[in-house]
Amino acid sequence: MSVAAQNIPSQLEVMDESLDSQMTLSMGPQHPSTHGVLRLELKLDGEMVIKATPDIGYLHTGMEKLFEYKKYQQGIVITDRMDYLNPLGNNLVYVMAAEKLLDIEIPERAQVIRVLMCELQRIASHMVWLGTSALDLGAMSVFFFCFRQREKILNMIESASGGRMTPSYFRIGGLMMDLPAGFERRCKQFQDDFPAALDQFETLVTGNTIWQSRTKDVGFISREDAIDWGLTGPCLRGSGVDLDLRRDNPYSGYETYDFDIPIEEDGDVWARFRVRMRELYESHKIVRQALERLKPGPIKADAPKIVLPDRDDMRKHMDSLIHHFLIVAEGFNVPEGEVYHAIEASKGELGVYMKSNGGPKPERVHFRGPSFVNLSALPTMSEGEMIADVVAIIGSLDIVLGEIDR
Amino acid sequence: MADTTVLLEYVEKLKAENAEWVADFKNARGEVTIFVPREFLVDVAWVLKTKYQFDMLVDLCGSDRGPEEDPRFEVNYHLFSTIHHNRLRLKVLLGEDEPNVGTVVTVWKTANWHERETFDMVGVIFDGHPDLRRILLPSDFDGHALRKDYPLRGYEPYSLS
Repeated sequence: MSVAAQNIPSQLEVMDESLDSQMTLSMGPQHPSTHGVLRLELKLDGEMVIKATPDIGYLHTGMEKLFEYKKYQQGIVITDRMDYLNPLGNNLVYVMAAEKLLDIEIPERAQVIRVLMCELQRIASHMVWLGTSALDLGAMSVFFFCFRQREKILNMIESASGGRMTPSYFRIGGLMMDLPAGFERRCKQFQDDFPAALDQFETLVTGNTIWQSRTKDVGFISREDAIDWGLTGPCLRGSGVDLDLRRDNPYSGYETYDFDIPIEEDGDVWARFRVRMRELYESHKIVRQALERLKPGPIKADAPKIVLPDRDDMRKHMDSLIHHFLIVAEGFNVPEGEVYHAIEASKGELGVYMKSNGGPKPERVHFRGPSFVNLSALPTMSEGEMIADVVAIIGSLDIVLGEIDR
Repeated sequence: MADTTVLLEYVEKLKAENAEWVADFKNARGEVTIFVPREFLVDVAWVLKTKYQFDMLVDLCGSDRGPEEDPRFEVNYHLFSTIHHNRLRLKVLLGEDEPNVGTVVTVWKTANWHERETFDMVGVIFDGHPDLRRILLPSDFDGHALRKDYPLRGYEPYSLS
């Protein structure tokens, strides 16, 4: 062994086993198609994967520990940084868990805006997935078309909340503030333009023979295995399981919207791709219905000790000023108890377990990230596949390492 | 608040299977928590999965109640059924001197990474787990970060070298 080879750290070493047909290859953490800093330890026989072992934790920032030291309303900003492609979904599940502990009712308009924004965010998240997973398989131009659409949504989110990637728009008891003037017009414009963009994606990708042969019969997972491995979201529906929390455990009034749940039976990369593509149409449908339902009304719950008062009230009423000071300086006490709340995020079931000891800071907050669980099934899916197909499988799982590592 | 009559039926059914399985149960905020003694946990999990269609373990997380509490640790199992869409929480309480509980990897494969994370963060040991290593923190990390007596900024700056 040469001197230079000896200096390679052992974890990155490419070494031959005694059988000399097998070798261990480290893929990542700085690999463009691992969607972040994921390392895969691949045991290869030629080009075939015998065993894939994901190594995660490179992005771990101790968020769950941090929650215990922050007040409930301060925790919202931490959730933005978990699944950074779907921050509004993270905001929603966190505030809904706190609302469940506090037992407060959210006004109608706030519910509709939450649904509207979450579906827009779902479209934006799926746009990143489509663009990057196509990029991984060599389809460069899809990426630009997708990010053009995503840009429009991010601009809308920015106009409503002030942040593009980290909106923190949902607050415990309602919203940060009402939609800005002109939002509905922009949203309508987007909603009118989006079907044409969807057609574009279908022509770019779906009918493409190369795309089909790269995705069909790759990364198969059976229905039983998918449930056993805890897959949720499009990955589960791609294996033929009819489950969507928006319909089966409805929240935020999703039960009153009319939408279908796309199911594909094949359980391969192609099936998961089709489920997400069809979900885009359904999200578009929900956006349209939510826009129609937007009626003027309050956007914050009637709970002055929990929800920050309007700026205008603070200038006129002393009690509003007092409440504002107390919420910001001391926080609010949350009744003792524990809840688990789950929503259908863009990647699957996003759940939060929240435990309160009666004080202004939570005793324990645990996030069940869909990416974390979906990635754990990667070894099962990639066994016996070619190394180039592992890239396709990772793309089809739609993982975000910020959420996996927390 | 959601109706919990269906969930409470599962408590009764479990009690009918074996009276020792249910140490206690709690019905709050539309969720039912069943306290299971640690030695029966795997049996209860297996029966719930095979007999009562709780075929998915959505979440498993550990929690530290604080060094002065006894029992100090708790492990929560959040069960979900893809058939009847009900949720149930199993809770196991563990003392500080013996934070061991049997693994449920044999029941749900997804428990593998969840149990590794709980071991990593809280220090609960899952007996019989096929691969109980740290998952998020480096393998040479000292202590368990989500314990209440672990300081927010750690004991000393961690260096990768």
